[in-house]
Amino acid sequence: MSTVKLTVNGKAVAVDVEDRTLLVQLLREHLNLTGTHVGCDTSQCGACVVHVDGKAVKSCTMLAGQADGASVTTIEGIAKGDELHPMQAAFRDNHGLQCGYCTPGMIMSAIDIVHRHGGELDETTVRHELEGNICRCTGYHNIVKAVLDAAGRMKVSQAAE
Amino acid sequence: MGVEGIGARVVRKEDKRFITGKGRYVDDIKLQGMTHAHFIRSPHAHAKVKGIDSSAALKMPGVVAVLTGQEIVDDKVGNLICGWAITSKDGSPMKMGAWPAMAPETVRFVGQAVAVVIAESKNLARDAAEAVVVNYEELPAVADVHAAIKSGAPQLHPEAPGNQVYDWVIGDEGAADAAIAKAANVVKLDVTNNRLAPNAMEPRAAIADYDSAEEHFTLYTTSQNPHVARLVLSAFYNIAPEHKLRVIAPDVGGGFGSKIFIYPEEMVALWASKKVGRPVKWTGDRTEAFLTDAHGRDHVTHAEMAFDANNKITGLKVKTYANFGAYMSLFSSSVPTYLYATLLSGQYNIPAIHAEVVGVYTNTTPVDAYRGAGRPEASYLIERLMETAARQLKVDPAALRRLNFITQFPHQTPVIMAYDAGDFNASLDAAMKAIDYAGFAGRKAKAKADGKLRGIGVSCYIEACGIAPSKAVGSLGAGVGLWESAEVRVNPVGTIEVLTGSHSHGQGHETTFCQLVAERLGVPISQVSIVHGDTDKVQFGMGTYGSRSAAVGLTAILKAMEKMESKAKKIAAHALEASEGDIVIENGEFKVAGTDKAIAFPMVALAAYTAHNLPDGMEPGLKESAFYDPTNFTFPAGAYICELEVDPGTGKTTFVNFVAADDFGRLINPMIVEGQVHGGLAQGIGQALLEHAIYDANGQPVTASFMDYSMPRADDLPSFNLSHTTTLCPGNPLGIKGCGEAGAIGASAAVINAITDAIGKNNLEMPATPDRVWRTIHAA
Repeated sequence: MSTVKLTVNGKAVAVDVEDRTLLVQLLREHLNLTGTHVGCDTSQCGACVVHVDGKAVKSCTMLAGQADGASVTTIEGIAKGDELHPMQAAFRDNHGLQCGYCTPGMIMSAIDIVHRHGGELDETTVRHELEGNICRCTGYHNIVKAVLDAAGRMKVSQAAE
Repeated sequence: MGVEGIGARVVRKEDKRFITGKGRYVDDIKLQGMTHAHFIRSPHAHAKVKGIDSSAALKMPGVVAVLTGQEIVDDKVGNLICGWAITSKDGSPMKMGAWPAMAPETVRFVGQAVAVVIAESKNLARDAAEAVVVNYEELPAVADVHAAIKSGAPQLHPEAPGNQVYDWVIGDEGAADAAIAKAANVVKLDVTNNRLAPNAMEPRAAIADYDSAEEHFTLYTTSQNPHVARLVLSAFYNIAPEHKLRVIAPDVGGGFGSKIFIYPEEMVALWASKKVGRPVKWTGDRTEAFLTDAHGRDHVTHAEMAFDANNKITGLKVKTYANFGAYMSLFSSSVPTYLYATLLSGQYNIPAIHAEVVGVYTNTTPVDAYRGAGRPEASYLIERLMETAARQLKVDPAALRRLNFITQFPHQTPVIMAYDAGDFNASLDAAMKAIDYAGFAGRKAKAKADGKLRGIGVSCYIEACGIAPSKAVGSLGAGVGLWESAEVRVNPVGTIEVLTGSHSHGQGHETTFCQLVAERLGVPISQVSIVHGDTDKVQFGMGTYGSRSAAVGLTAILKAMEKMESKAKKIAAHALEASEGDIVIENGEFKVAGTDKAIAFPMVALAAYTAHNLPDGMEPGLKESAFYDPTNFTFPAGAYICELEVDPGTGKTTFVNFVAADDFGRLINPMIVEGQVHGGLAQGIGQALLEHAIYDANGQPVTASFMDYSMPRADDLPSFNLSHTTTLCPGNPLGIKGCGEAGAIGASAAVINAITDAIGKNNLEMPATPDRVWRTIHAA
């Protein structure tokens, strides 16, 4: 057992976990942040994507101990109160989700994509960048639309800040 | 249509919880004192279980119990059932081998459970499972249908000699043979419809909680039909009588058919919860999903289609071998029979059809309904035949289809189905226009100059949805009726709860069903809640599959709404001192037509509950229910056209355009309908290009993770170009046909027709991987 100290969605937490505990288990089972999902166990599907120190990470493939001292953001931590993150709003407005299971990972990956590309995105780039996230419901059509829409919204909101 | 009524592109009410991480899936639920289950599964495709030694595991920390197949048999938990009886052509009933929830004696596919460890945590259960020693005696195994029916093949079940479940026929063989004998041209085709893994993104899961004082079970499960699950668990598996078993299917992360069935894991969790006296949770991992979720498709077919000298189809003869895997899953028997062969007329006038279907056991994961269920196999066969015929007869494939389209409705096919409405020319026109079919030759020539092989492929599908008229399916062997129920509860303040037996696992019922209420009452959808997925709340329901929730489930809601409105009108008329016949409902008010006298809907509701001033003899309250049994299947149909390029150097396919023109009847929410089509197309394209659940000759699965099984990803697919043509379904009052499966039914033939057009060779099996396409191009 080890004590892992980290910041999750802006709050400092210290959790005693078995050394083999994965970051996704720490989030889901110890902190009850069940928005982060497990879809494949082999780092293929991306349902478990969270941000660790600002970068998109598959939390099923990182030990909780490796996140010691890190700042982790999950799907539960991106809205500002009742104000949705532009990516969340774009997924809703473009019908970019159906069953919702892949959605948290999709949104966390998509935010990272927009950050890395500075809002300069086209369909081909979005499709290529999303290859680490699998959705079985949407055929990706509306997810791609949502990411492109959000890229525009995030550019506007960044300019406003 | 109001801004939130029928036909409006309303954003989904349910989305907020999903985009903020507040969805509540089974694995998100924790119960007090909950234990965790891990199954010990056979690594062999066929073996005798000679012994299970759990003594070391039982001494490990946190282990609560190790339970075996023999114990579940001893406790008289029933064997798994198949709910649709099929009769062979010789009159004998289908031959089913026994399927216990955990195998006491013989395992017949890799992944079949023989025992379960119950422990304080998931990790401890897994650790202990490593210490359970199962002694197997391996038996010869068979995975391929043709190998399985050869004499001398390994035999799976003593009940099914020759591994044959049934040999079923439909149609007039003499007429089909005569048509072929007299034909000017006969087109022959051998087709394999590749086995697929459904792969809903949420793995299956179950939590069982036994209350010993009440002798009552609660089951949280990933189900598309919780009431059917309760019925089967009660009536056939001896878990508990229905009033002592509550089944809850909360948010469910996709189904595609795979979550219709009641699986061994739920049965074991319930039984084990009583055994250990604590809640038991099981959450599958992805490899367990590949090994144990019912697979789809897996047909091998030979077909012959007869044409007269004018290129009119005169007959069709089909023989199909359907691989059922090692056991008959819940609705498996109906998939290659009544959901497949009854659609073999496609969109065409075919005077004579005969089909023979041989169901075969193999040492593989059981096969059952997967998105489309039988109808994709039929559509793929017919549309590959039509394309092959056009090439053989040297006519334009679109023109050959038009020449043979059914244009008069209703149309009785020779294989049971009576098509009620459609306009196949309209959808083909729309698709050809959208893709600029006329300009294809020029584009192909230009691509050739760039060193690319460009092809175009048409697929005109039809499906039978809105499943299904209970009397009709009962006469064909179904063990259940396929109606739907609804209840409309108006609260005293005028808010409305609609209880439905349909189950949403991505389809957006919480929005579309509210839109019907908004349309009829003129109230905002924020005033309406949809309640589903809990047998303690909703009295009964048949669940969601077969594109049935709008055509059947929503019609049940409409019927309940009409009853509620009728009573509300009486109350309003009484309050307004008017005649009931003069009351109209507009914008949330009950008005006396042609006057300014009105009473707001919440006041009507309040009057119903205060009961101070109701018409003489009227019961208080405002709550009505209805059961709706459809009178016919519905027949969504459409035309898909795919244009693509093949790189002859690599065999890789790149989409240029994919157009879909669908006729779904009336659309409740076009945005959601389009989303359903997108997802279906992705699954159809996935089957055509990428997906294949593969077994080696000994029954070892080769594709049991996302590392091995190629799921469609964003950069494998194009954006889609959708349009709709509309003929209303005459069979239900809303005119709805259903949209959930169309994409998966129609897409794969369009893709393969396009690739074979591009490469100029007709024989190409799915999935058309670059390797397979390259070899086909370069084959001598």
